[in-house]
Amino acid sequence: MTPFETLLVGTAVLVVCALLVWPRTGLLARWRHATDRSARILIEDALKHLYDYEYRKIPPTLESLAGTLSVTGDEAVKLITRLEALRLVERRNLELCLTQGGRSYALRVIRLHRLWERYLADETNVREAEWHTEAERKEHAMTSDEANSLARKLGDPLFDPHGDPIPTATGVLPSPQGKPLTSLADNEVGGIVHLEDEPAAVYAQLVAVGLVPGMQVRMIGQSPERVVFETAGNEVILAPVVAANVSVVVLPVEKRREGPFKTLSSLAVGERGLVTELSPACRGLHRRRLMDLGIVPGTVIEAELRSPGGDPTAYRIRGATIALRKQQADLIYVSESTGTP
Amino acid sequence: MSTPMHSKPEQILTTASTLRWEIGERLHDATIESLYREASRIAGRAVILKDGKPRFSFDRTLDRLVTSRVFGFPLMFLMLAVVFWITIEGANVPSGLLANFLVDIAHPFLKETGTSLGFPWWLNGFLFDGMYLAMAWVISVMLPPMAIFFPMFTLLEDFGYLPRVAFNLDALFRRAGAHGKQALTMAMGYGCNAAAIISTRVIDSPRERLIAILTNNFALCNGRWPTQILVATIFIGALVPSHLASAASALAVVGVVLIGIFFTFLVSWGLSRTVLSGEVSTFSLELPPYRPPRIWRTLYTSVIDRTLIVLWRAVIWAIPAGAVIWLVSNIHIGGESIAEWTIGSLNPLGILIGLNGVILLAYIIAIPANEIVIPTILMLTVLVTGSAEVGGGAGVMFELDSETATAAVLHAGGWTLLTGINLMLFSLLHNPCSTTLYTIYKETGSARWTWVSALLPLAIAFIVSFFVAQIGRMAGLE
Repeated sequence: MTPFETLLVGTAVLVVCALLVWPRTGLLARWRHATDRSARILIEDALKHLYDYEYRKIPPTLESLAGTLSVTGDEAVKLITRLEALRLVERRNLELCLTQGGRSYALRVIRLHRLWERYLADETNVREAEWHTEAERKEHAMTSDEANSLARKLGDPLFDPHGDPIPTATGVLPSPQGKPLTSLADNEVGGIVHLEDEPAAVYAQLVAVGLVPGMQVRMIGQSPERVVFETAGNEVILAPVVAANVSVVVLPVEKRREGPFKTLSSLAVGERGLVTELSPACRGLHRRRLMDLGIVPGTVIEAELRSPGGDPTAYRIRGATIALRKQQADLIYVSESTGTP
Repeated sequence: MSTPMHSKPEQILTTASTLRWEIGERLHDATIESLYREASRIAGRAVILKDGKPRFSFDRTLDRLVTSRVFGFPLMFLMLAVVFWITIEGANVPSGLLANFLVDIAHPFLKETGTSLGFPWWLNGFLFDGMYLAMAWVISVMLPPMAIFFPMFTLLEDFGYLPRVAFNLDALFRRAGAHGKQALTMAMGYGCNAAAIISTRVIDSPRERLIAILTNNFALCNGRWPTQILVATIFIGALVPSHLASAASALAVVGVVLIGIFFTFLVSWGLSRTVLSGEVSTFSLELPPYRPPRIWRTLYTSVIDRTLIVLWRAVIWAIPAGAVIWLVSNIHIGGESIAEWTIGSLNPLGILIGLNGVILLAYIIAIPANEIVIPTILMLTVLVTGSAEVGGGAGVMFELDSETATAAVLHAGGWTLLTGINLMLFSLLHNPCSTTLYTIYKETGSARWTWVSALLPLAIAFIVSFFVAQIGRMAGLE
């Protein structure tokens, strides 16, 4: 073989290897993913769907079940028959209902799903858009004992990162809170309590504009085409169908925070700020790290040095000099201050 | 209304869990806030701050200087250059003395002692030509530079300068998904990868630490510098008129270092976006106040913690490697030594990637320490070509005093310019030595990451040298 031919063969071999083993998109990963859907997974997904409709007080149908699980109508019928045989589901006046056993099974799966989402949000760097898919896989692969020890490790969290309550180990789940963002009157102020994570395309838009449960929103105005509101000093525009997936509770006057919403990253070198809040978007390990450094409401911080590349910036925090990246400083809100850092 | 004293435990538990939903998730935040509030209230009452803080303003001025856009980078390169220069210049003499003592004096003496004690030739060879010599080589090449480089590095760290370097370079590393402190562990890697792996403890974010560990190999370590310099002198230096030879070979080595930096960033970038994208990552970098370095303490800790521990691990690994090197060259099966037989079977693969069987076998059996790669290559080349006028016989590693003599051995072994270039690239990119791998295992506690850190660079080395070999042959380099 001439060197040129060898080169071509070598390149071809490399390309084939890459196609095979590339993480997540490679053939091997896809094949493994496709063979994941066993009978048990279908059962658990069906129970979750039925519970979801019961929780939202919508009667489930065979069609809704088939649609959610992406199976044919025939398969859905077979699935329901199997669920009935297992005494997880019963028909009352032609309506599909969960039995007591079915409900507690569904709650167990939901607990695993939400705990795992919470874990991904707090303890890993997996992106928001991937939480749901990852948790869909993990919820079938974890035992209740593993879930309980995970919950303990996470400090027994109450809500998943979308604001959905996590069922307790004994199966307690409080009823849903809040009303759609679109129901706020102009100039009314609310706190986000929940972001619906399905369908994924809509959720991706909510993530893109940076909404997180715990944030404060003020309605500016809405028309049939768009909803305009303000959050953390920024004006956000969403389509009504997207905005309806955000749930809020109206905040009484004493719980509102008034602007201006200035971020730590906007401080010029030599300027000081008094920390007013850490954005709810700063979660888990990131939040703990910043708080451990003494960045809590009431701390005075001075921007001291900017690195030659413009990022990170070193801040004087409680007597120590700590460099933070802009991405982090963007999540710390400050007001003007003349105190000593 | 019943008082809590009379309520039943179940009632209390129910009340508690209801209240939990009401309190919500602010509890952790609220606790930390109140702790800080209380602490600063107490401190405000009890601590009196003196007016005017001269030390503090000195720190500020110095910080402005070392992180300025104009002086920051030149100062950094100057510091690094000085550290390297002192290391190379300072290590030459003790390295020579150690080699002289351990290899030229103690080795023949030990062999004679063995003979006079009536050891059979194979025991003598196995113990002293194999095990002892490998150990002696590692110590004499490794110890002096490490004993100079690490204390200097630790002094800079102790003074407070190194965190500023990380601060200056963070923007660069952030784009590759890494931490600014990786600049420090990389610099440590130029001394010794194993010690650098230990030093990644300064990176407190799990993902960035793993990236720093997996890419540290691309920083040419102390054991590979001599290989690079030797091969560059023989093959690159020979391309230009003799008065330019040393400049050309120095440039070639610098080029290899830059390729290493390029791969560090490339692999960091790739890892942080694929396999490591889910690992947790946070950032914070403390810029501690400057302080006069504690010289004695620094010397003690850097010599004990960094140099001696790493040297000990290297010696532990070098001894069995020496034994294997001696055995494969001296055990004969069907008239051929194991070494010759292996070289023969590795040759096609070696030639495919522009190297040869000798080099591949040397990298396999000299995996414990890069220091013994060149001596092993020389010994094996002589063994295969059968030119008996140099070297100490089968299984006895050696080095030659003159580069011309070394070049003659290598040319006799069929080496070309392409072999030289590919050896430099392979030496830069290939898997870390077993001392480093063992350290990676100790630090990550994971067999999986240890495998990745061995196989990923090895695959890159094979791919790069394969392509360079084909393109080089197309360009007529062979």
